Amino acid sequence: MPTLKIDGKEITVEPGTLVIEAACRLGVSIPHFCYHRKLSIAGNCRMCLVEVEKMPKPQISCNLPCTEGMVVHTQSENAKKWRKNVLEFILVNHPIDCPVCDQAGECKLHDYYLSESVKGSRFEEEKVHKLKKYELGPEVMLDDERCIMCSRCIRFCNEISKTNELGFIQRGNHVELRPFPGRKLDNAYSVNTVDICPVGALTSRDFRFKQRVWFLQSADSICTGCSTGCNIKLQHNKGIVYRYLPRQNEAVNQVWLCDKGRLSYKEINDENRLLLPEKKSEGTWQIMGPEGTLLELSQVLKEKAADSLLAIASAQSSNENIFAFKKFARALNAKAVLASSRREVKDPDSDDFLIKADKNPNSFGVEKLGFKKKASFSKAKVVLVLGEMNEADQKKLTDLNAELIIVFSSHKNSCSELAHWKIPVTLFAEEEGSFCNFEGRVQKFNAALKAKGQMKPAWVWLKDLAKKVGVEMKFSSAEELLKEGFKLDYKDLGVEGKVV
Amino acid sequence: MEKILTQNWSLKDSHTLAVYESTGGYQSLSKLFTMKPEEVTEEVKKSGLRGRGGAGFPTGMKWSFIPKDDSKPKYLCINADESEPGTFKDRYILELNPHQLIEGAIGCAYAIGAKTVYCYIRGEFMFPYDRLQQAVDEAYAGGYLGKNIKGSGVDVDFYLHKGAGAYICGEETALLESLEGKRGYPRIKPPFPAVMGLFGCPTVINNVETIAAVPYIVNKGSAAYRQYGTEKSPGTKLFCVSGHVKKPGNYEVPLGYPLKKLIEEDCGGMRNGKALKAVIPGGSSVPVLTAAEAMEVNLDYEALAAKGTMLGSGGVIVMDESVCMVKSLLNLAHFYAHESCGQCSPCREGTGWSYKILKRFHDGEGSVKDLDLLLEIADNMAGKTVCVLSDALAMPIVSHINKFRAEFEEHVKLGKCPLE
Repeated sequence: MPTLKIDGKEITVEPGTLVIEAACRLGVSIPHFCYHRKLSIAGNCRMCLVEVEKMPKPQISCNLPCTEGMVVHTQSENAKKWRKNVLEFILVNHPIDCPVCDQAGECKLHDYYLSESVKGSRFEEEKVHKLKKYELGPEVMLDDERCIMCSRCIRFCNEISKTNELGFIQRGNHVELRPFPGRKLDNAYSVNTVDICPVGALTSRDFRFKQRVWFLQSADSICTGCSTGCNIKLQHNKGIVYRYLPRQNEAVNQVWLCDKGRLSYKEINDENRLLLPEKKSEGTWQIMGPEGTLLELSQVLKEKAADSLLAIASAQSSNENIFAFKKFARALNAKAVLASSRREVKDPDSDDFLIKADKNPNSFGVEKLGFKKKASFSKAKVVLVLGEMNEADQKKLTDLNAELIIVFSSHKNSCSELAHWKIPVTLFAEEEGSFCNFEGRVQKFNAALKAKGQMKPAWVWLKDLAKKVGVEMKFSSAEELLKEGFKLDYKDLGVEGKVV
Repeated sequence: MEKILTQNWSLKDSHTLAVYESTGGYQSLSKLFTMKPEEVTEEVKKSGLRGRGGAGFPTGMKWSFIPKDDSKPKYLCINADESEPGTFKDRYILELNPHQLIEGAIGCAYAIGAKTVYCYIRGEFMFPYDRLQQAVDEAYAGGYLGKNIKGSGVDVDFYLHKGAGAYICGEETALLESLEGKRGYPRIKPPFPAVMGLFGCPTVINNVETIAAVPYIVNKGSAAYRQYGTEKSPGTKLFCVSGHVKKPGNYEVPLGYPLKKLIEEDCGGMRNGKALKAVIPGGSSVPVLTAAEAMEVNLDYEALAAKGTMLGSGGVIVMDESVCMVKSLLNLAHFYAHESCGQCSPCREGTGWSYKILKRFHDGEGSVKDLDLLLEIADNMAGKTVCVLSDALAMPIVSHINKFRAEFEEHVKLGKCPLE
């Protein structure tokens, strides 16, 4: 266990720890471009040069293992000068087109220029010009002039996606990033290269030019694209979601996200969102006020639900909503039959990394709470549906010819069309809650957007409805529901979630 | 002086096995196989042989870094990617005495426990490649390569691999990458090739001339080798003299040989009666010497270091008074900017930037402040990259400008080259 000093602060680390990592633990952030903690060491950008006592040459801290008694300076005159000079070199052929660059606001080159350099350029020659727009793949665009050849994207494709599409061609300051002949950057994880690109060379074809990043607000959330439950930052502005970024969770997705999951945000912005309660009257939908909805529904439920009740919960819903749904169904009818429905896609993709064939974020939770997959639905006068149902289940529901179908739905879709009543509920992006991923890891998501129209979390509708029906449901927050259903507080979930 | 490397060069068909054997070729093997491998390394260590590729690292010490207890295969890679401007010695060994290289390779492979030798040859060396391949084929047929060499129980296989035209692949770790089929990028060190080299296995990389000196050392002993050269720079060395001398060519002389003598006697002096202006003594990347410095320096590692330059590869580039030093530097900058692999920021950008400044400067649009900028760029490039390619331009920039500053300033004043 070597003990060393970095900028006068002492630290003891495990043998093999790199100086850049030890410094990070001390809160000393050493500027770097090519170093990435999840990738092999390239040592090419030379930005992380530090001065080490008794070592004659500048050392790159990303490839320098800590040794006993080492004395490292990151703020000495030399270290500062070296960084400044490396930045000057990197900027020599950089187009400095920050005003039109999508990376502006989250560009390491820009940030380091401000923190380490701030000086005019001494370069008076003609810059090397390269392609400004090269389609690397379906999701990623390359601006060759902005590339600083850090090789992070190449290493990502070699080491993480293991697809080996990318390489450099040419030499010297004519180096260009290219896919190998006949190939494209089209792996299932390609947009991660955009995340890790320290500059604006790689941009997401979905996100580019849509928003300046400083306008975006961010909420910690969970990707609902499949049952892995990758941790994300959901980024939005004025009620519109613009992108997901991976959020670190070493137990789930490390720092990565698949492309499909990343693009699944579009469902939230969908123009078919259900905004107001609607009642089917003589074959047409009639918009209802919230009070009227509660009043009318409570009456028919009182009348009919006690006879026979089927409650179908979707594996797309949160633990909290499903638990409230269960309580509500049982309160109306102690013998209520509980069933589940899952989103199903044709030929679902899956791999041994992050992508699961089960495209539901909460299959584990819905089962755990007692809603089982049913081959057929039992006859029922009243059917309550929480969330969406797949096509086969929709067919089964139609065949029941139930007297009353109430669907708590986020969207106007083929499922909510089957209902007599559709009640607008919020999505995970608009409420607080949790999902159990495929291994039963309970993970929390936070409300990012304001609910539109009369959308409410399902549990709020259910609580209000219960009150009107005349049964008390004693909870006033999502957290209380999780506590009752899973014996967990949100704070118990920590950063990695909790396997139940 | 006994010739160690060039003794056969003037013989007809010197490249053939028959001629090589008739002059005592492959005789070191019978002695070699009676020695323990570590004794061979020890003998090479004692000989003081230093790497002839340019860095001058002690050869025996390099061999001794190969771990003994490692179960992985070990490799010898011979660096025949001779591309340093002004250097053309390895090429002649390959063409005229390839069996000596093979014999030396067997010695080194035996010492380090390698069963496989790769010779990485510069792609443009078509003829030397063919000559070496013929020699390898002959050596296999003659029982000097392959399984159980001459009944010794020692196996050595020898493969040739052509480069594809990148100067950087002569850098030993870029060579390994290229040999593995990857882009020729120098590797970050540590780990060093002796521990993790070719295909992740312990590897020695030696220059052609270095390996070619091994049979003599094995055969005659380190003391015999040390009778030539100086205490710290023992042995003989090939100097490739090019430029404005009457007889350019390869000269094998003992280390410590006066440069003045090499130019004036061996090479017949300056041609066309012109005066000597400058000498680059060790391949294009080393600092240039003024005529006065060149006339008093000896050709050994220490004496050249004392003059602020290096022995390098032994490529002696002689320039007479007709040479414009701005153009000389421009030429070098063009080369290094073209050959920078582009991996490290300071080299990728620094070499290109320097070249552009020098181009403008040479075209008469330079200013004195460009010189200071060039010196700063050189300082910012030097010692801050994975390999030393950026140093290889930084050193000429500094030496050219500092030693011939008046000539650079003359360009500014006249707005053109004073020699044109």
